[in-house]
Amino acid sequence: MVSDTHISATCIISNNIVCKNGGTAFTSNEANMSEFLVDIYKHFELNYTRFYKMDRLSKLGWLTSELLLKESFDKEKYNPAEVGIVFANANSSLDSDVKYMSSVSDIPSPALFVYTLPNIMIGEISIRNHFKGEAAFFVSESFDATFMEQYINNLFYNDIFKACICGWVDVLGNDYKAVLFLVEKGNGIISFTTDNMNKYFND
Amino acid sequence: MAGVYIVSDNITSPLGTTTADNFAQLKNGISGVRLHNNSMSDTSFYASLFGDDTFADNVQHTKFEQLLIASITNALEGTGLEPAGSKTALIISSTKGNISLLETEVHTPELNKRIALHNSAKLVANHFGFITQPIVVSNACISGILGTVTGMRLIESGQYETVIVSGADVISKFILSGFQSFNAISSQPCKPFDADRDGITLGEGAATIILSSNPKYNRGIRVMGGASSNDANHISAPSRTGEELAQAINASLKQAGLSSSDIDLISAHGTATIYNDEMEAKAITLAGLQTTPLNSLKGFYGHTLGAAGLIESIISLQSLKQNIIIPTAGFNQIGVPTPVNVCTELTSQPLKNILKTASGFGGCNGAVIFSKAD
Repeated sequence: MVSDTHISATCIISNNIVCKNGGTAFTSNEANMSEFLVDIYKHFELNYTRFYKMDRLSKLGWLTSELLLKESFDKEKYNPAEVGIVFANANSSLDSDVKYMSSVSDIPSPALFVYTLPNIMIGEISIRNHFKGEAAFFVSESFDATFMEQYINNLFYNDIFKACICGWVDVLGNDYKAVLFLVEKGNGIISFTTDNMNKYFND
Repeated sequence: MAGVYIVSDNITSPLGTTTADNFAQLKNGISGVRLHNNSMSDTSFYASLFGDDTFADNVQHTKFEQLLIASITNALEGTGLEPAGSKTALIISSTKGNISLLETEVHTPELNKRIALHNSAKLVANHFGFITQPIVVSNACISGILGTVTGMRLIESGQYETVIVSGADVISKFILSGFQSFNAISSQPCKPFDADRDGITLGEGAATIILSSNPKYNRGIRVMGGASSNDANHISAPSRTGEELAQAINASLKQAGLSSSDIDLISAHGTATIYNDEMEAKAITLAGLQTTPLNSLKGFYGHTLGAAGLIESIISLQSLKQNIIIPTAGFNQIGVPTPVNVCTELTSQPLKNILKTASGFGGCNGAVIFSKAD
């Protein structure tokens, strides 16, 4: 399959660092992950009150997507149904599952229960950006760039995607990592390949 | 593009452990939904559940994994298919997998690994000797449909020749209490599209569909197209307009090369919540399918979550083979503002193309079309 897709932006949040397009955009010494996420939100002067309602997985995914798209994505170029989201992680929504389960013995919390699905994060990003295209959430032990490349390029090849946000967003306890790619049609400096995704992921 | 044939399938549910048994029960109007009174809830509740001793956790495999193994084993039987090939993939669909372990085990890092869906997928793949990495789809209530659509795409793109798609979910306190906290559980066996519907009934089960591009497995039915979409509206309530589910239906029709008038039966999601059924009726109308016969099987199986799309697709495949429409258990009187053609009686009529749909939390919608092969 001939692919003419490229990575037009990247954003990584891990180890207390926010990286946009390969450059450090923000760092912090905050040891508490939840606080670190709020610090990012404030530093970039984001204004979206839903953020505070989200669980940590959605917060991390939403922040990474927000910074990925900022100044890198022209929404006007696309029909909402042509923009896709393909995410994966290792721990699904377990970080929130544990919190929900501890509420069950007292009063089960609907506000926690709704976040016990990993694709809720895709819903949050779709609501924010009005993206209505194909979306999917996969669970794998480690980031499977080969699968991502093949799955996504096939959707571009069949004209189902004109643009796509893809990558990895995982949270469990104190561990977190988000690596997102904006993929668009045409040739670019960084082609959308397994090797290029792995380079950013392992950097 | 390679045609994608249905090689074989299985439903493992409280109603039976083969597709044939399940379809026979449905034809006889038998539902798996019963009133239960157990440690999952302080109050009694309706659900379609396996008996306590069936598929209980053992040292090697949890109930969830045993369900997948039982379903895949039966689906493979008599096909001559060898899972150990580089062109054969396994896709597992589930919403919550082994989550009930959080209720019974001490929470440790080892338990986190035991709960991980990729771990279950690996155990199941190893059981059958798959040599390719299993793929796990966890996309709320469209997981089963998305697994099927993903399998179809992996075959169409030439990456695999054969894909075994298997889905399961087990009901425990975690899931039941969550839906109860939303006031989403019906006080009666659920009544899809009915005027008196008041919520969902949960169910457990597993199902497997085997897909292949190899013409020697042409048993008369093909997957013709499928799609997903997102509402971009609300994380736990469906679209107000149904436009996005209609978008997924239209994309599936387009891929299948069919128009709405070619669809002979819709196997709807029909969860029997007020808003889901309303949204679906709007979407079906927008897609020009308001007069097409439609059923929901939730009255027989309850909502089996990650297995629902597969179980209900497989019943549709039987409908295609036998030219029989299963009625909508629990339905009496239309209760959606945009009326749809809900089937109320066992009906024999020629069927060629069937549409299966689902929608779920996170605003996701999925659709898939099965047709008799020429």
